[in-house]
Amino acid sequence: MDKVIIAENLSLSYKDFETIISKATFSIDAGSFVFITGASGSGKSTLLKSLYGAIEPRAGQLVVGGVKMNRISTSRLNFLRRHIGIVFQDYKLIKEWTIEKNVMLPLIISGYTKDVSGTQVQKLLGHVKLIHQAGKYPPELSGGEQQRVAMARALAHNPILILADEPTGNLDEYSSEVIWNLLEGANTQLKTTIVVVTHHIPSSINVPYKHFHIEMGTVHEIA
Amino acid sequence: MKSLKNHISLIVALFTVLFSVQIYVAVDRTIAAYEDRLKQDYSIIVVSNKNLSQAEFKALDKLVERSEPIATDQVLERLKGEMSKKNLELLKVTLPKFYRLYLSRFPTPYEIEMLQKRLQKHSAIERVEGYAQTHDTVYKLMLLFKDVVQIFSIAIAAVTSLLILKEMRLWQFQHAERMSIMALFGAPVWLRSAVLFRLAIVDAIIATIVMCLAFFVIDQYGWMDQLLRTVGISIQLFDFVNDAIRSLAIALGVSIVLTLTIVIGHDEEE
Repeated sequence: MDKVIIAENLSLSYKDFETIISKATFSIDAGSFVFITGASGSGKSTLLKSLYGAIEPRAGQLVVGGVKMNRISTSRLNFLRRHIGIVFQDYKLIKEWTIEKNVMLPLIISGYTKDVSGTQVQKLLGHVKLIHQAGKYPPELSGGEQQRVAMARALAHNPILILADEPTGNLDEYSSEVIWNLLEGANTQLKTTIVVVTHHIPSSINVPYKHFHIEMGTVHEIA
Repeated sequence: MKSLKNHISLIVALFTVLFSVQIYVAVDRTIAAYEDRLKQDYSIIVVSNKNLSQAEFKALDKLVERSEPIATDQVLERLKGEMSKKNLELLKVTLPKFYRLYLSRFPTPYEIEMLQKRLQKHSAIERVEGYAQTHDTVYKLMLLFKDVVQIFSIAIAAVTSLLILKEMRLWQFQHAERMSIMALFGAPVWLRSAVLFRLAIVDAIIATIVMCLAFFVIDQYGWMDQLLRTVGISIQLFDFVNDAIRSLAIALGVSIVLTLTIVIGHDEEE
């Protein structure tokens, strides 16, 4: 099976500060569903950041989607990010853009025509049950609704990989369920690789998954 | 409202730069017209013991534009009654040749001194006389005014550029979040900063239009024209096509360079 992520002796740190992840070796298969857990400050978000190139490896090798992340050029990083969907705990929606335009963002960046983008956005807003909110702005929506918009945005360009950083951390039960269903749907129907950083793996999850746990800077795979 | 305020700040700053540049251009144009007038009033009389061609005068100094012989017939006509025909004929033969020299531009005192020396060195030239109208004081005042305007223009351009830079730093702060989010989804730099460039270009165009209208009104209203006529100058203060193009180029140049500074200095959020 193809590997979407390969890490060999990967060490991560912020600039010259203390090492957060030390000599991690793991791989993630294409089309798999992966949870990364760990206590607060264990480095799980740092590991996720390294997967979308916000942090460069300090030592070791990291390959994401066939792209080496060590000393990656800006243009190569932009290319990789155009094939990744990211969901953040704080949503990271553009406040001055409508919901519709926010969802359209990855399609605008990838250069899709307005017609194609419009159809795709309508379909996704239907999926997240926010079609009636398309013309509103993020601050007008609840936290759960905003995260559903972020989820729709992450799926808009049919990415090979979705990275989610505690996507349901601030959400109510209903919104959390919608988010997990969407992630499961993307994984089972579109064969998208999903990597979720979370404190707790939800009991309602219905797909086979891999579980990595981070403790004392070391990444362990839990059988 | 906040966005309008941001626009107005940049438009006013750009307008100030353009207005000061245009003032400098207008003063320069006025002085050029005045110099042209002075040049026409300035002439040099040369007395020579033999005929000299225009080419010979021009070869002496490139400042000489043309030479014109001064006819002596009128003087001799007046002497007809007082002198015998023989003496008159003798005088006609021995009378030196008079020439009026016209210059290609208004000379500096040093240039005129050098020209007179060169002319006097010529073996055939016996005497050189320069006749300047009493414009020197006005001209020197105008040159002084031009220098003062130039210094003010540079100072205004420097101060307003700093203001624009500060204004754009505010823009950067306002747009930083959007630019960072776009970067997370792989947007290239030009796409992330497209809004900043669009705002800068729109404001540059607006500032140019406002400046053109202001100068058009000054030019059309007539009081400036009247003022210039008192010193014998009639010029077009504002050349709508050339000045507007130059102003637009300056406004776009300033705003795009400053936007680029902001974009290059933008740090991506981790």
